[in-house]
Amino acid sequence: MLSGAISNRLGVLVLLIISYILNSMNLTLKIWRQQNRTAKGGFKTYKVSDVSPDMSFLEMIDVLNDKLIREGEDPVAFDHDCREGICGMCSMYINGRPHGPGKGITTCQLHMRSFQDGDHITIEPWRAAPFPVIKDLAVDRSAFDRIMQAGGFISVNTGNAQEANNILIPKEEADHAFSAAACIGCGACVAVCKNASAMLFVSAKVSQLAQLPQGQVEAKERVLQMVAQMDAEGFGSCSNTYACEAECPKLISCDNIARMNREYLKSSLT
Amino acid sequence: MTLDAKIPDGDLEHKWTKYRSTIPLINPANKRNLEVIVVGSGLAGSSAAASLAEMGYKVKVFCFQDSARRAHSIAAQGGINAAKNYQNDGDSVYRLFYDTVKGGDYRSREANVYRLAEVSANIIDQCVAQGVPFAREYGGYLSNRSFGGVQVQRTFYAAGQTGQQLLLGAYSALMRQTGMGTVQMYARHEMLDIVVIDGKCRGIIARDLISGQLERHFGHAVLLCSGGYGNVFYLSTNAMGSNVTAAWKANKRGAFFANPCFTQIHPTCIPVTGEHQSKLTLMSESLRNDGRIWVPKQKDDPRKPNNIPEEERDYYLERRYPAFGNLVPRDVASRAAKERCDAGFGVGTSKMAVYLDFRFNRKRYGHLEANKQGNHHPTDEEVWKLGKDVITEKYGNLFDMYKQITGEDPYEQPMRIYPAVHYTMGGLWVDYNLMTTIPGLYALGEANFSDHGANRLGASALMQGLADGYFVIPYTIGAYLSQEIRTKAIPTDSEAFATAEQNVNETIKHFLDLKGKLPVDHFHRELGKIMWNKCGMARNEAGLKEAITEIRNLREEFWKDVRVPGAANEFNPELEKAGRVADFFELSELMCMDALHRNESCGAHFREEYQTADGEALRDDANFSYVAAWENKGNNTYEMHKEDLKFENIKIAQRSYK
Ligand SMILES: Cc1cc2nc3c(=O)[nH]c(=O)nc-3n(C[C@H](O)[C@H](O)[C@H](O)COP(=O)(O)OP(=O)(O)OC[C@H]3O[C@@H](n4cnc5c(N)ncnc54)[C@H](O)[C@@H]3O)c2cc1C
Ligand code: FES
Repeated sequence: MLSGAISNRLGVLVLLIISYILNSMNLTLKIWRQQNRTAKGGFKTYKVSDVSPDMSFLEMIDVLNDKLIREGEDPVAFDHDCREGICGMCSMYINGRPHGPGKGITTCQLHMRSFQDGDHITIEPWRAAPFPVIKDLAVDRSAFDRIMQAGGFISVNTGNAQEANNILIPKEEADHAFSAAACIGCGACVAVCKNASAMLFVSAKVSQLAQLPQGQVEAKERVLQMVAQMDAEGFGSCSNTYACEAECPKLISCDNIARMNREYLKSSLT
Repeated sequence: MTLDAKIPDGDLEHKWTKYRSTIPLINPANKRNLEVIVVGSGLAGSSAAASLAEMGYKVKVFCFQDSARRAHSIAAQGGINAAKNYQNDGDSVYRLFYDTVKGGDYRSREANVYRLAEVSANIIDQCVAQGVPFAREYGGYLSNRSFGGVQVQRTFYAAGQTGQQLLLGAYSALMRQTGMGTVQMYARHEMLDIVVIDGKCRGIIARDLISGQLERHFGHAVLLCSGGYGNVFYLSTNAMGSNVTAAWKANKRGAFFANPCFTQIHPTCIPVTGEHQSKLTLMSESLRNDGRIWVPKQKDDPRKPNNIPEEERDYYLERRYPAFGNLVPRDVASRAAKERCDAGFGVGTSKMAVYLDFRFNRKRYGHLEANKQGNHHPTDEEVWKLGKDVITEKYGNLFDMYKQITGEDPYEQPMRIYPAVHYTMGGLWVDYNLMTTIPGLYALGEANFSDHGANRLGASALMQGLADGYFVIPYTIGAYLSQEIRTKAIPTDSEAFATAEQNVNETIKHFLDLKGKLPVDHFHRELGKIMWNKCGMARNEAGLKEAITEIRNLREEFWKDVRVPGAANEFNPELEKAGRVADFFELSELMCMDALHRNESCGAHFREEYQTADGEALRDDANFSYVAAWENKGNNTYEMHKEDLKFENIKIAQRSYK
């Protein structure tokens, strides 16, 4: 029985190895390399081989970096943390699209089965003036934090809250607020916009809070302050091309922008 | 040294209320001169920092990500517990307390757990006030679901993104304070040492991860809210950057590390696919509400899961644990999955997986929905379609995630899942005030050991992180800081700061000068394998001894042959990793020592030598009813101190979920 189990395991292993060899891909990567914020950057070309379709895009970059380190070269710097599409840290511009091909996913959720053997892939950082490059593919998105500091909150101190079920919220409104609140702050919307507008990001927060009774008290000041900070950071204006909605990994809707515009108008008039 | 947990006198129900109102107060003018450093911006760190800043303290917050909002709390999926009894199903503070102590297999401190249960309801109130969009019923009331190890519905949630919504709530409070200037935020900064002066913690050394500069920061108190150390196993559901460095440096400076071997292996994760794997993805425990776990009764059954008839499936959790069924606690569910796979009943190419199947509940929901819509004779197709909508609403993002990763559609066939490292119950030892054994140094959230004993129940970590940050530390820190109002800020050019910085500098220089051959990840992956095989779901004496030797050898190789490219004064992710893995190499040995010394099985710590006839964990209360707190004596040597656990309000029993 024991030997049966062993030969069984062996069989599985052999199958795994065969399927790996049959499926593995060789790719050519053109990657943006830039030593630091002020240095001049440029593209460099790399080859990676034996890429499995089960790898995530970032695992493919891990394979490249492993090779570069062993060869004594400088690995490619990039931002990432959760690797499951929720922290908003990963940020690669792949073949001209933020987070690459595929709808509603982040770079870390992109899998190599979306590519084919022999593909050439171009990888760049987010390109937007308010997001300066730190190194290679990593950019500085602290402007988003400063916009949130300007008004992305409800002013309630710890300990002041009333009993939760005293605030009843119709399910539909709660669901809408939740959809807006799902934004992960990755900045893909800015990166894809030809004006580097941050309207989708800002409007998601504005409309989440404006749709909840708790958030309505400060709705006016909130939208004015957040928009003012957004302008101060140098983000461009919105020209309604909807590219942001199309590329958002969390499918945040442009309806939020319309809502924010209404909120803004209301607030500037009164 | 005897460990004093500083548990207040009085009966359990009144300890906290009474104690809270006797802690000395500090007047606002004095608070403005008291500086608090918070390391970490997850649920524990953000909530603590915002609350302390609101109270008037001067606060500095550090995190290694590019924004506070990206701390790994963001990834929590399923929900947060609170004893609200909104479902009128018999929940109460006592029941939450009882479930938690029992779930932890009687290895946690009663007084802390009771306090946690007591403040749980306030957390929900606070989050709703901040605009956290929890799931709601049609009447506008908050909705609940069940989690493992309990028989009531007390879990609040926001789809499968509860951690994200709670963290964004705490982050918004933190950003509000940052905007007002009461908090100074240091993102992309990593704490690399604490500074101890005259026996008290007085600050930290941090590295600016963009410029590479080392910085010295003074604080009257320092709060470590740096998360868990599950990444010592390399593969885990933690984020890539999650690490033990902050807690470990504290251990080296005198803070005891408690129960390091208590690590939680979560039963429902997406299985490993190959050597390239960099992390594992959780499929939330909430799925066990509506999913049934099974394997085929026949070994190596070649059929597709949907073609295996009902009577040929082994719903092994329902079979072994009829009372709790699919909702047994995590440690029990994980071991049961391992048992089936080891016995040869696993599924998928690797045979190291079991099925998690939703079709029964999909049908049930389909019927309910049809009825709601007035359609009392729906066709099978209508039921199937309506059921999908319900499942999508509850777990949509999880199903999408699963499909992305595996390329399979879980709406059409069962998920394949296997246990993976998820959470660490062990952590820095803290007293009732959350203070470590170094005065002035606190630990909150997953970084401390306090509330979950040998096994954490689902949806209780978010609760604990926010309890610590919003409702405990704002009070308990007063006990210490009220004695510090005369302490002037210590200049950071003093000797203690200089020496600490010098040490950090030397380690960095050492790494960069090594010029070895192998990348950091190589060593980390190998370390992970040792830990998973010998200090994972099941442990035994021989294996643990081998692990210790193997770790020592690998550690030696690491220090000889690791290659860290680049320079100190630049953005250098490999250098960051090297430092973290170096700390994992020390912690891992201690974990094995701890597992080796605990000659019993309890909760997630399963020593194969100590089990009941039917394979359940066999505790030894006479000899091991204590917290093992390890003092670092240098050069990988440790002294163990015991905090005896007394159960005065709960009758200890063999944990049974049958
Ligand atoms: C995938 C997943 C799902 C989960 N789902 C649930 C759930 O549904 N319910 C539940 O209750 N629990 C859940 N948990 C557990 C729970 O999310 C965590 O235990 C909890 O969020 C930890 O919060 P924290 O504040 O202690 O730490 P974290 O959120 O991990 O934050 C750690 C912080 O410390 C910082 N940091 C660390 N080291 C340093 C350093 N050296 N210098 C500077 N900064 C540092 C980091 O930057 C970060 O800001 C889940 C966990 C995972 C991994
Ligand atoms: S790494 Fe977190 S979203 Fe991609």
